[in-house]
Amino acid sequence: MTWTPDQPIVSIHNVQKSFGALEVLKGISMDIMKGEVICIIGPSGSGKSTLIRCINALNDIQGGSITVEGQEVHDDNLDQLELRKKVGMVFQQYNLFPHKTALQNVMMAPLKVLKQNRADVEQRARALLKKVRLEGKENNYPGELSGGQQQRVAIARSLAMNPDVMLFDEVTAALDPETVKEVLVTIKDLAAEGMTCILVTHEMGFARELADHIYFTDKGVIVEHGPPATFFDNAQDPRTREFLSQVL
Amino acid sequence: MRASFYPKTRSTPPVKGALPVLLPYRSPQATQLSLHEKLFNGWTVLALMLGFAWIMVQQVWAQSGAAQQASVPDILLKWTPVLLKGFGFNVLISILSMAIGTVLGVGLGILQVSPVTATRRTAWLITQFFRNSPWLVLLFYCILLIPFEISVFGLDIPFPGWVKAVIGLSLPVMAYMSEYMRGAILSIPSGQWESADSLGFTRGQTMREVILPQTVKRLAPSWMNLYAVLTMATPLVSIVGVSDVMTLTRSALAAESRVDLLIPMYLYILSWFFIYCYPISRLTVRLERKFAVKL
Repeated sequence: MTWTPDQPIVSIHNVQKSFGALEVLKGISMDIMKGEVICIIGPSGSGKSTLIRCINALNDIQGGSITVEGQEVHDDNLDQLELRKKVGMVFQQYNLFPHKTALQNVMMAPLKVLKQNRADVEQRARALLKKVRLEGKENNYPGELSGGQQQRVAIARSLAMNPDVMLFDEVTAALDPETVKEVLVTIKDLAAEGMTCILVTHEMGFARELADHIYFTDKGVIVEHGPPATFFDNAQDPRTREFLSQVL
Repeated sequence: MRASFYPKTRSTPPVKGALPVLLPYRSPQATQLSLHEKLFNGWTVLALMLGFAWIMVQQVWAQSGAAQQASVPDILLKWTPVLLKGFGFNVLISILSMAIGTVLGVGLGILQVSPVTATRRTAWLITQFFRNSPWLVLLFYCILLIPFEISVFGLDIPFPGWVKAVIGLSLPVMAYMSEYMRGAILSIPSGQWESADSLGFTRGQTMREVILPQTVKRLAPSWMNLYAVLTMATPLVSIVGVSDVMTLTRSALAAESRVDLLIPMYLYILSWFFIYCYPISRLTVRLERKFAVKL
């Protein structure tokens, strides 16, 4: 089956995941179309992060299926590199390589993994750093950058692989309130360009403004989902209402 | 999760999402030396050693009535060029053993976190075997087991005693290095592996490009400490018949046959080792302090 853009770019169907005896995901399903921005919210321990880590095979699953552009992710014969090129991921703790400068961090994967030409890669990396508003910080090491700046380098680093889908795992959770905004602006720019974004977030205002669809998870299941307007103003499930009353 | 991608330990897997840790409180005065730190340092040790030697020599001198013979410093000076050559040999042995041991140890350490169980176990076994064997016994084994020459394609490669000694000493160095390496690799936060994984790096690429460069800083202090320990262990080779500084000292003492020379001569050699190794250990401490804060 070849994938066409009118089909979901990421399709999650009845996914089950457990760590030992602990069942974390109990049958989660969602379809995400190209260019959509999806926010997954929910109390801690509800399996949000686990879910998006499953999308790029950082975690394995025990049941169900996840496809990206029609390609089954949890398949033993999967070409890992093909998946990595399609799906980029940004982590809560940035996870930049501390022994490389910002520019080198962005250039590393295209150079070493995709074996692209150095001059082209460098040109693209500089453009990406400019795009995340970090012009002039190319030669700084991650230790010399603020949390928000590091997180934007991490976003640029993922973008350097030209992914079709970006996963954001609580990317602002470790940041100061002032620097949260600069990272969110970067994500907003990306979304405006039509990048498919899947975010796990606690930034309700951001989710409301930017998301096309919001999923609320609790205890490993999707309790409720819908477009932001209906979700925030007209939540049906008591669990959703309780959660929203606490965070809003 | 691809099980084969992440480093393996024998017992427990690395803690997922290791948390940033609060650093211990450091008092602002810590950089200023206190009085006792000013008074008692490496050079005090050296001075004490020499002073102690002087007192001993005085007593033996008085007892032996050797006043009319050549003075002890003159004799020491006379033997210095020969002994220095021997000491140079010790340094050479230590450098070669360190080089061989480091290369082998780094390799063995990487194998200790291999995703293949058999490889991991074997590397662990080799490491533990050599790490828990007395250096002298290993040295004897090498001297006795390695033939004096090996023929490869009709070419005779000689193995003199000192080469065997270098190999013998490099084995424990390899084992210690292997353990340091394993520890350093496992001390890299798991997030580094995950982000490399998500960028499409293979396990080997992650190791080469991301993990190993970061272990260098963490390894430097223990590596230098190991070198100092190794240098101080090189006189062991005199027991297996290599003409190092200890062998030459004994010859010199035999040639002079004077009782009052024994203590100053050995102390003289001791101070050389001290002067060579003490700066290394000081530097190690400084590096440890420097790298301790950066996690």
